[in-house]
Amino acid sequence: MTSGGDKLNANGFRMSRLGQREPPIPVGLRPVKLLTPTGHLGFTPIEPESFWKGVAQRPDAIIADSGSCDIGPHPLGADEAASPRTWQEHDLELMLTASRRLGVPMIIGSASDTGTDRGVREFAAIIRELARKHRLPRFRLATIYSSQDLHDLKRRVETGAWTAGLDGRPPLTVEDLEQTDNAVAVMGVEPILEALRQGADVIIAGRACDPAIFAAPLRLAGYDPAVAYFAGKLLECASFCAEPFAGKESILGTVDGDGIVLEPMSSYQRCTPASVAGHAMYERANPLREYVPGGYVDMSDCVYDAVDERRTRVRGPRWVPGERYAVKLEGAGKVGERALMIVGIRDPNTIARLDDAIAWSRRKVRERFAGEQYQVFYHVYGKNGVMGELEPIREIRSHEVCVVVEGVAPTRAEAMELTNLAGRNFLYARIPGLKGTAGAAAFMSDEVLPARAAYRWTLNHVIAVDDPLELFRFQFEEVG
Amino acid sequence: MVRLGDMASTVRSKNAGPDCITFDIIFRDAQTYERVKASGALSAERICRLYGLEPERLVHFGAFDPALAFKFTIRRARPSGSPGETDVMGSQMYPPLLDLELPASVLQQSPPAA
Repeated sequence: MTSGGDKLNANGFRMSRLGQREPPIPVGLRPVKLLTPTGHLGFTPIEPESFWKGVAQRPDAIIADSGSCDIGPHPLGADEAASPRTWQEHDLELMLTASRRLGVPMIIGSASDTGTDRGVREFAAIIRELARKHRLPRFRLATIYSSQDLHDLKRRVETGAWTAGLDGRPPLTVEDLEQTDNAVAVMGVEPILEALRQGADVIIAGRACDPAIFAAPLRLAGYDPAVAYFAGKLLECASFCAEPFAGKESILGTVDGDGIVLEPMSSYQRCTPASVAGHAMYERANPLREYVPGGYVDMSDCVYDAVDERRTRVRGPRWVPGERYAVKLEGAGKVGERALMIVGIRDPNTIARLDDAIAWSRRKVRERFAGEQYQVFYHVYGKNGVMGELEPIREIRSHEVCVVVEGVAPTRAEAMELTNLAGRNFLYARIPGLKGTAGAAAFMSDEVLPARAAYRWTLNHVIAVDDPLELFRFQFEEVG
Repeated sequence: MVRLGDMASTVRSKNAGPDCITFDIIFRDAQTYERVKASGALSAERICRLYGLEPERLVHFGAFDPALAFKFTIRRARPSGSPGETDVMGSQMYPPLLDLELPASVLQQSPPAA
């Protein structure tokens, strides 16, 4: 519906020329094409071939999320990236060079896995380096920061801010915040939309709810929150909405007055009504609702229709405003230092009496560390090492098992000692009928492995705010 | 009896936030999906029994017609990645579903239209 003669506005969107014959859709609801190459930028490198095929479709924006709470609480708690910098650079380089070539916005959410201020600063530094390397013409870079000052959050809780715990947690308490090392607020569409309105060409956002980064250019083009956020939900994991299963392949989403059309850019994949509907329910507790700040998208009446063999159109999301505008908070806090030891067991008698061997190890740890703050875990691979308490199979027939001992204590030295004691005591486990009296366990190496510190998710809450922008900070700069 | 793993095209589990794991069971064709649905063999009670869950830990169970799918969500015993974690992404919690037995009726062809 657009032609090469259309003008580009400040944000790179093609503007309609007056007097041109157009379908009867309101002014402002121009079709918008969004290209996304990956569901988690930097996690493993983007596949370039389908990305460049997508760029050839002349998208109106190139967008990717780079964070997740799937990777556990450690990256946020320790404020570290979970992805190698070289892979982050690889993905950002593809997206930046393509977006500058087309003159359309590039939007990254949840920078560097955590979406903390560290992640935003690191990604912004990569963008500046890439601009120099490719001698890119001048562009406007917006950075949006979402790390939270824990004292400010405490003040909000103490002065009666409305909060709620998610997934069965009670409302936010000062104690929750005292156990937190790092916290981020998860932005909705508004901060990203604000950056676009202020003329940003490249946006590096802190922690953002996945659909919001896609919703921003759609809201700017005049689409309602239901379509904008729902398009974002469908696009946020890139090729996961297509079949066969494949990662890191690009997807093009085209939004017009009649819904959202999804098309895979890899010839290996198809977007079918089943694959798109299957993805609509992915990674969420309830398949019919997508909660975002300020409300939720009701997907009960969504209809998924094949356009052709490779494309699917979705219609019918509804926006349900919430009673209040609340922003999600994620936080992680340190539990202690951590160490691991790998213990192998082959003696069938010991395997049959494994619980006794573990009880012996526990007892020896208890005797030495009684009264101290510590935790010890026995991961028994070959029994329930993967599923733990949820493993329905109780009787095992493994001829060997692996016990990974995990010890947590306040200091590194204590964690190492504790884990060593727990591991080595499998050698001396007092088991009736033991024939191998030179040792009841095999060590891959008589060695305790120092592990990353232990963290836990302390915050999974929402907090009401007066202004959707108030927990976020902006910086704009000219680059290139 | 037939196994669920032989009837479903996708059986998966994945975190839904730090406190929950969600499970998707997706069928390839509408007839199979409808027969499984009609059989009542997939139920909240059966899922709780399979995983040894107190009913209050099953926070969602339902069919999702547009995807020819059943979906359920459970609350974790502790948040993902806490000390003692065995599956930080919750991605290997589905295999017991593969062996879940379904009545032979799910294999029957639909009666011809009258």
